[in-house]
Amino acid sequence: MTFEDWFRKDRLPHIYCAGCGNGTIINCTLGAVDAMGWKKEQTVFISGIGCSSRAPGYIMTDSLHTTHGRALAFATGVKLANPALNIVVFTGDGDLAAIGGNHFIHACRRNIDITVICMNNQIYGMTGGQGSPTTPKGRLSTTTPYGSAEPAFDLCELAIAAGANYVARWTSYHVRELERAVKAGLENPGFSFIEAMTQCPTNFGRRNKFKQVADQVEYIKTHALLKAKRDRMIEQGEKVADDLFVIGELARRNRPAMGVKP
Amino acid sequence: MTKTEFWQGNTACAEGALAAGCTFFGGYPITPSTEVAEHMALKLPKKKGIFVQMEDEIASMAAIIGAAWTGARVMTATSGPGFSLMMENIGFAAMTETPCVIVNIQRGGPSTGQPTMAAQGDMLQCRFGSHGDYSIIALCPASVQEMYELTARAFNLADQYRVPVFLMADEIVGHMRERITIPENLEHISRRELVPGRLPFQAENDLIPGFATFGKGHGVHVTGLTHDERGYPCATNPGVHAALVQRLVHKIEDATNAIADYDVINPDAGQVVVAYGAPVRTVQQVLHDGGGTDTGFLRLRTVWPFPKDALEKFSNAQVFVVPELNMGQIAREIERHVKVPVISLPRLGGDLHTPAELIKALEAHA
Repeated sequence: MTFEDWFRKDRLPHIYCAGCGNGTIINCTLGAVDAMGWKKEQTVFISGIGCSSRAPGYIMTDSLHTTHGRALAFATGVKLANPALNIVVFTGDGDLAAIGGNHFIHACRRNIDITVICMNNQIYGMTGGQGSPTTPKGRLSTTTPYGSAEPAFDLCELAIAAGANYVARWTSYHVRELERAVKAGLENPGFSFIEAMTQCPTNFGRRNKFKQVADQVEYIKTHALLKAKRDRMIEQGEKVADDLFVIGELARRNRPAMGVKP
Repeated sequence: MTKTEFWQGNTACAEGALAAGCTFFGGYPITPSTEVAEHMALKLPKKKGIFVQMEDEIASMAAIIGAAWTGARVMTATSGPGFSLMMENIGFAAMTETPCVIVNIQRGGPSTGQPTMAAQGDMLQCRFGSHGDYSIIALCPASVQEMYELTARAFNLADQYRVPVFLMADEIVGHMRERITIPENLEHISRRELVPGRLPFQAENDLIPGFATFGKGHGVHVTGLTHDERGYPCATNPGVHAALVQRLVHKIEDATNAIADYDVINPDAGQVVVAYGAPVRTVQQVLHDGGGTDTGFLRLRTVWPFPKDALEKFSNAQVFVVPELNMGQIAREIERHVKVPVISLPRLGGDLHTPAELIKALEAHA
């Protein structure tokens, strides 16, 4: 089997815009799921609302496309009621960090044995480009027409502080590393959180002077700072620029987890 | 041999759920429903069931829906403010036809209102509270015995009709203690599993599709979006949406008489009292004391879908009198179905109507 065998082919074509990074992240996730050797009938994909959350609809396992922000609460019910099932949640920055923020920190605290893939495009894509809790300060969106005035959330730091067992951040450019991180998350018992920074050409790129999709991917690539390098810079007293974000495996630990397969 | 206990209503509710085979409870503490959660927290782990205290009532509702898709019988319990928070995912349960039981031990509202006092102010909210058109089932217990029996029945109705079922109790019934006889056997109606060759949202003759339990290889996609019979999103086709919503409503409304549970007392009377929940006790006292032999009594245990045929059993009715712990929510429903006057007797603040008050009202409208 390959990752392609997990798709519901009768659901194509998909809704994603040309140049969207979500397909790349779904492929990486399914590649990791496939490498786990999981059975389709024992695997459930769960999501909330938004572009990222449409992913389970294209996958041929049992899947639950829920209400905005609530995917982790639904997933908690599924996993506790039947720990034999493998649970993967797709979410986005608006779904997870804004309306779903409380469910996010409590799912981390419970350390429930599920893997969460957050496609962070720093904007509300499906509703047409409104600012989200991860829209960087100064960036343009339809609800921040003069530039976002609010600081952005660091979702990985939030997950670590709240107790997640595995936390990593990669991007839609770093496909091999992303797939490996997802697999590590699937293998690690407890709550695994993988954030994938991604481009939204239609709603973020267009308003923020990225003329081509490749320009935004290039931006993501050049502004991603490896954790080891970041740590070295801090050690040597170098200043880390504000517009950089850290990539790599950020936490791996063994706090007691809930809902682990017997 | 049957067993007799002296229980609080909320305890009886939890025990009724356990007897019915509830194996998953997700909840959040709120007065006056908390004892239901506490009892489930105590008992479920001993039966290899799952109790989880969620971060809020939105999450509680989400968790029980998720658990329901693994095949479990699921329940949550709450009161006014928590009930308001649940509305979003109650709509999701209605749209995705997820069997679940929601207990509302009603207290005085709006807002935080009266946490420790009884009310029946959520009767329309349970029917219409989430956005869009759908139908649900609501049961109203008037005793500790019924807290047990109606909770148990709620699980059968939820599984049979694939719908959220509400136990619309109130603080009086939830917190009163009285003798209860534990039934030896409970009727058990199982959820109908999806059979091969049928689509996961393809209705059978009773308008209800077979249930595609997660983990059984059905590969079902469950979405709150308007979906076709395969379960695939189909949100811009007017015909698909109309057919789905009409089915969600008709599968319940067309079964009204099968779901209905009520008592008809003195059907020849000219004056008829209609009551459900705690106010039933006042009516029973008045009838017991012989207050008006020309008084009929329609005592409802199911309020939604509203059993309108029950009103026709009172062929001589000249007036319907409806004592409620609200401003006339069900009186309004009765008005839709009868041609004679309907007198609402609202009682707000947390106390029941006294028998004397009811007798006075009956005399005034004789």
